[in-house]
Amino acid sequence: MYSSQLQTFVYFLGGVGSLCQEFFSHLSLKKIDRDLLFEQIYQIGARSLPLVIVTAVSTGMVMSLQFGIGLEKFGGKPYVAKIVTLSILRELGPVFASLMVAARVGAGIASEIGSMVVTQQIDAIRALGTSPIQKIVLPRILACVITVPILAVFANCVGIFGAMIVGITELNLDPYFFMNKVLENDLRDFSAGFFKTFFFAFIIAIVSCYLGLQVKEGTRGVGLATTKAVVASSIGIFIGDYFLTKLFWVIEQWMYY
Amino acid sequence: MDVLLEVRHFKKKFGTKQVHRDISFQLQKGECLGLIGGSGSGKSVLLRSLIGLEKPDEGELFFQGQNISNFNEEAFIPVRKKIAYVFQGGALFDSMSVFENLAYPLRNHTQLTEPEIEKKILDLLQEFGLAGNEALLPSSLSGGMQKRVGLARSIILGPEVILYDEPTAGLDPFNTRKIEDMIQGLKKKGTTSVLVTHDMPVAFQVCDRIAFLKEGYIAEVIDKKDLRQEKGLLHQFSQGEIP
Repeated sequence: MYSSQLQTFVYFLGGVGSLCQEFFSHLSLKKIDRDLLFEQIYQIGARSLPLVIVTAVSTGMVMSLQFGIGLEKFGGKPYVAKIVTLSILRELGPVFASLMVAARVGAGIASEIGSMVVTQQIDAIRALGTSPIQKIVLPRILACVITVPILAVFANCVGIFGAMIVGITELNLDPYFFMNKVLENDLRDFSAGFFKTFFFAFIIAIVSCYLGLQVKEGTRGVGLATTKAVVASSIGIFIGDYFLTKLFWVIEQWMYY
Repeated sequence: MDVLLEVRHFKKKFGTKQVHRDISFQLQKGECLGLIGGSGSGKSVLLRSLIGLEKPDEGELFFQGQNISNFNEEAFIPVRKKIAYVFQGGALFDSMSVFENLAYPLRNHTQLTEPEIEKKILDLLQEFGLAGNEALLPSSLSGGMQKRVGLARSIILGPEVILYDEPTAGLDPFNTRKIEDMIQGLKKKGTTSVLVTHDMPVAFQVCDRIAFLKEGYIAEVIDKKDLRQEKGLLHQFSQGEIP
C-alpha cells in the first residue's frame, strides 16, 4: 500500500517537474498572449483581493487581541505592536495571502482546466495547432507570480491596520506609539516575507495546472483534481515556507552581519 | 492517385486491452473513407492518432509521405494546420463567443487583419446557416449548432484533410441532414476526409470506401459501388446482427 502511495507521489513530482520544464521552455516575451495574461491577472489578483483583505484584517485583529491579553499579565502590552507587525510581515501576511489564493485560485485553475480536458477543449487547442502550455498554463502561472506578491503587500498593510485598530480601541495603546513601533520594522522584515510569495505563487499555479491537466475520470476527476490542488498547494506552501525562511535567514546573516 | 495519408501496422493498447492489433490503410487525395465499428472498437482512437492526439504503440503514420508517428507537439503544428479534426461534441471554447472560437485559428496561424478575420468569419457563418449567432457563447447554442460551429472552426484554415468524429451523433434528422450536406459540400471542393460514425445512412451517402473495424483489425473494406450488393460484416452490422 505504502509503495503504491510512494509511486503516486514520485509520479506526481515527476509530472510537476516535467510541466515546469515545459513552462520554462515556452517562457518567452514573444509567446506571451497579453490579453490572456491580463484576463488572468484580473481573475486571480483583483477577484482574490476581498478574500485576502478580510483574512488579513481579522488575523491582525485577533493577533493583537491575543498578544495584548497574554502579554498584559507580564506588563508586556507595549510590545504588542512590534510583535504583531513582525509576525504579519515575516509570516502571516504572505502565508495567509498565499493560502487564500491556493484555496480560491488553485481550486479554480484545477477545475477549469479539468473541465476543459473533459470537454476536449484542451485536445481542441492541440488539434488547432496551438499549445495548451502557451495558451492555458503560461498565463495562469505568470498571473499568479505577478499578483500573489501584490496581494501579500495588501495583506501586510490591512493586517497591520487591523492590529492597530484593536491595539488602540481594546488595548488602549497610543496610536503614535503603535505607528512608531510598526515603522521600527525595516526592509529586511518586509522582504523576508515578500520574496517567499513568488515561490508560493509558482507552487500554487504549477500544481493546480498539472492536476487539472491530469483529469481522466470525467466530472468525478474534476472534483478530485480540485480538492487535490488545494491540499497539495497548501502543503507545498507550508513545506516551502520552512525552507525559504531558513534560506532567507542564511542570506540575511550573510548580507547584514 | 496521390496517397495523402497512410497507416501501417498500427497497434494501440490501453492497460491490458489491445484495441488495435494491426491496422493498415491508405487514403487517396480527395477520397472520403468511413470508419465503422462497434463501440470500443477504437475508431476515435485511430482518428485521434492521425493528428497526434494519441501516440501509436507500434506502427507508422504517414502524411504526404512524411512519417509523423514520432513527431512531438512542436513538430505536429504544421501538420495540424493541414489536418483538421471535428470533435464529437464540438469542443468549443466555452469562455469564448462563437466569433472568438472561429477567430482563434486565424489569429494564431495567419497574418490576416481584424477586418479580414471578421469578414471571413461572417461569410463562413452565413454559409453554415449560423449568421447572427457570432456574439453568443457556445452554451447558448443547440447541439446541432455547436457541431456546425465546431466544423466551421476546423475548416477555417482550409485544411487538406478533415477527420470527422461522429459528426451527426445525437442530432435530429434536420441537423443531421445539414451536417451531411456540409460534409458533401467540402468533399466536392476536393477535401480528403475520414469519417467515424455509427450513422450508416450518412456513411453510405458520403463515403467512397467504408472500412469495418473489428477486434483490432480492419475486417472488411467496401467500395461505394459495391455497397448495395454487400452482404458481409458491414451489412450484418448495419442490420444490428453483430456488435
